[in-house]
Amino acid sequence: MNAPGEYEAVIGLEVHAQLLTETKLFCGCATSFGAEPNTRVCPVCLGLPGALPALNQRAVELAVRACLALGGEVQLSSVFARKQYFYADLPKGYQLSQHDRPLSLGGGIDFSVDGAPRRAPLTRIHLEEDAGKSVHGAQGQSLVDLNRAGTPLIEIVTEPALGSSVEAAAALRELRSILLTLEVNDGRMAEGSLRCDANVSVRPVGSTELGTRSELKNLNSMRFVQRAIDVEIARQVQVLRAGGRVVQETRAFDPETGTTRSLRGKEESHDYRYFADPDLPPLVLTAAGLAAAREALPALPSEVRARWQREHGLSRQASETLSAHPALIGFFEAALAAAPSVAVKLANFILTEVLRGAAEQGLSMSFRVTPAQVADLVLAVEARQVSGKQAKEIFQVLEADEAGQSVAQVIAARGLRLVADDGALSALVAEVLAAHPSQVAAYRKGNHAVLGYLVGQLMRRSSGQADPRRASELLKAALESETGS
Amino acid sequence: MAPHRAAPHEGAPQGDHDAPRDGASQAARALRERVARGDVSAEQVVSEALERIDAHAELGAFLHVARGAAQDQARAVDAKRRAGEPLGALAGVPVAVKDSLVTRDAPTTAGSRILTRTGELQSAWRPPYDAHVVERLRASDAILIGKTNLDELAMGSSSEHSAFFPVKNPWDLTRSPGGSSGGSAASVSAALTPLSLGSDTGGSIRQPAAFCGVVGLKPSYGRVSRYGLVAFASSLDVVGPFARDVRDAALLFDVIAGHDPRDQTSARAPSAPTAEALERLTLQDLEGLRVGLPREHYEAELHPEVRAALNRLQAALTEAGATVVETRLPSTRYAVASYYVIATAEASSNLSRFDGVRFGLRAEPSGGDLHALYAETRGRGFGAEVKRRILLGTYALSAGYYDAYYRRAQAARRAITAELEAALEQVDVLLTPTAPEPAFRLGERTRDPLAMYLTDLLTLPASLAGLPAISLPCGFTGASQEHLALPIGCQLIGRRLREPELLRAARLVELLLDLPGEPAPALGGRPAQQGEALTTQPTT
Ligand SMILES: [Zn+2]
Repeated sequence: MNAPGEYEAVIGLEVHAQLLTETKLFCGCATSFGAEPNTRVCPVCLGLPGALPALNQRAVELAVRACLALGGEVQLSSVFARKQYFYADLPKGYQLSQHDRPLSLGGGIDFSVDGAPRRAPLTRIHLEEDAGKSVHGAQGQSLVDLNRAGTPLIEIVTEPALGSSVEAAAALRELRSILLTLEVNDGRMAEGSLRCDANVSVRPVGSTELGTRSELKNLNSMRFVQRAIDVEIARQVQVLRAGGRVVQETRAFDPETGTTRSLRGKEESHDYRYFADPDLPPLVLTAAGLAAAREALPALPSEVRARWQREHGLSRQASETLSAHPALIGFFEAALAAAPSVAVKLANFILTEVLRGAAEQGLSMSFRVTPAQVADLVLAVEARQVSGKQAKEIFQVLEADEAGQSVAQVIAARGLRLVADDGALSALVAEVLAAHPSQVAAYRKGNHAVLGYLVGQLMRRSSGQADPRRASELLKAALESETGS
Repeated sequence: MAPHRAAPHEGAPQGDHDAPRDGASQAARALRERVARGDVSAEQVVSEALERIDAHAELGAFLHVARGAAQDQARAVDAKRRAGEPLGALAGVPVAVKDSLVTRDAPTTAGSRILTRTGELQSAWRPPYDAHVVERLRASDAILIGKTNLDELAMGSSSEHSAFFPVKNPWDLTRSPGGSSGGSAASVSAALTPLSLGSDTGGSIRQPAAFCGVVGLKPSYGRVSRYGLVAFASSLDVVGPFARDVRDAALLFDVIAGHDPRDQTSARAPSAPTAEALERLTLQDLEGLRVGLPREHYEAELHPEVRAALNRLQAALTEAGATVVETRLPSTRYAVASYYVIATAEASSNLSRFDGVRFGLRAEPSGGDLHALYAETRGRGFGAEVKRRILLGTYALSAGYYDAYYRRAQAARRAITAELEAALEQVDVLLTPTAPEPAFRLGERTRDPLAMYLTDLLTLPASLAGLPAISLPCGFTGASQEHLALPIGCQLIGRRLREPELLRAARLVELLLDLPGEPAPALGGRPAQQGEALTTQPTT
């Protein structure tokens, strides 16, 4: 997992997550996506003269929830500062962001890589407002849409403590599922509601000093995060091997070319002239309020996973996949409640069948079947009412079905049932043995592997309705009973 | 009872039109009663005020006169009265509003070209919303008669830094009315309107009130919402009233004071009404009032007639039974430095939004990039004084300088605040001159910014501490060949959010002084005599 050769990588993440509030951080404008440009604006988020910010308490609640879930030490007093720079999509000429007194200090993201536990310690989490969007058109024309200006964000900053792109991506994936579970953020990286920058540096293995870092921007998918970091590590190692020096700069990842390119160097970095915003008194929280917020936290994905493994025997991998999204956790938990005795089989059925047809849209996931239907189906297989193959067919019927039939209704309507009665099966056994004399001979010469083939032939003749286990037993008995004769 | 200031004067030499009539001459509270009774229509009141504003256009007090809208408002008030509906506290009273307060769909420039489309006053920005205090005025059935002239973006102490034209002092047209709320002070002083609104960051209400011989109240920081006030220095800006007497100032204060959730620095405690309690006061109530004289304020270089007026007032207070004691505020010497670092730092940031992108002036050099747009717009839109303050403030907040300037200025501010609050535990109010001198001549100070900044010395401590302070007339200089008689103001500083107490003290001082209510001589009044203010001894 280390950088090639004698270098190792050190990676830190800065994640911006839009909070799922109805309104913006400092005004009453809606935060909805996709509205006509400049229709979700007011004097405050337009930065008109005389307008003043009023802090959205809902945004504070959501931010606090995230801080607590990530183990941060939430500060009873935090301060909004003005980060000053000029840009067309920054209406006030400054961004309101918590600077030297952030909402939360410390904490961490606990995740795992190939089953091994890892932790990404957090430096801080703070609240800030988003900027608008600039669209640069032809002929040097620029258009500005301020609908997004003032949208509440939390910035989650990790320590430079991740050793590889795989760890970085795994930490980000875990963070995303935590934020989703908390209903703090919708996790949509492509739409920009969850954004990730990565600080990457390399150093000789064994060194304790950090190398010069570059800041990677524009990583708008999990895949790009991992690729961009790999590419950047390789670039820096190459620079050092060639006797060069890495310069501190901001670089953008270009997914088209799979390379990073410099956006601006350190010497071009701004003096933001931070100072505490005199329009906003310090954000003061009470210990009692924090205790209540902590009390109200939902179970986190890591806790749910541990429980599934401990109490239901799920594999690590299955539980990790099933806990990646709160809607999926909910789906599995509901199915589990209906059929706790078949937990592992439920998990496998959901992973192989249900997830294929599920569509994720931010915080909500749409499933074409209900957890109860899945539970009934797995129980039917377990009770040997239907075969596994039939169960898949039934599932396809349920997925396509608009009427919301029950599993029992589909079984009845299609006449599906498992033929387990020995009389009917014996006839089929005789048919199969007669039709495949060479395989029968091979078996009797000791090639027992052909049994599977013969079972398959029997299943086909039964149109899949035979109980494969009983069929296998009867076939085996027949093959062996006639050996001596 | 004292006659109203700027009462009609029979000897007015400039003809009838100059003698103030209903719309302007009367105390707002009397005017409101007459409108409410139907003795005079609001429409008539407004017509007369408009006439008078036009007759004194040479004062430069107004940037915009809302003729049509004011008449419409007046007719609405009259209709309300005829329909027997309840009338607001300022029904039919014309109020002039400083042009740094935004008014919905009505011109708002804050005295700057940057808030115009073309650089001309006629192309003023029309905001999509009303300032909180403007909403309050409308709700009280006041008539918004126009927007008053000021130093550009409220930066200045003379109203000469208006981007359009300077304001003149109604007592002497060659002199400054003070600033930055000079237009609002002149409007009330010349009886163009009975009331006006100004804003005070370091003295911008109190100093013009003193120069123009009217009452100006800077409420406690946070007592009046700043929502819709074009920001100069956010931690210092306060909106407040001008009036010709303390009771009218209290009336307007009661209308605009109170909590506003849109301004998170706005005080949550409800604002206790102040005006009514003032009606019952008599000179006997002076007995036991504890008045502190901060020694440092008197050690400043004071004009001899200012010093004399304050001395007479102190003696009269003692004689009337008040306790007058000296207090110490040693950190006062840091006030000017602290104020100019903090105010310019905040201003440099607050003015960043004037960038030519969304409103006001846009100077687009052909083929230029975004930074050329900023440079050209701000270069053309801002005047020299504003640019000077942006530069000072940007420097003070820059990396490497923040600790030496901004952080130390904040420390000085805390020390000044602590001393003032401690002093006000020993006394009810502090009494100081409002300004070291009477109104200076136009042009006299504009070449020397530092000398201009020093004129704010006496008003800055209350601003830095967020305390309420009021300036009221306390006498006149003598007239000479050099100059006409000029008003002298005194300042009372009270405890935070205790405006009722401060206004009570101010009303008692007003009763004690019992100044003649003369219109400004430049507008046809009789020159006051030296020392006249205290020729009337307190009677019991
Ligand atoms: Zn808005």
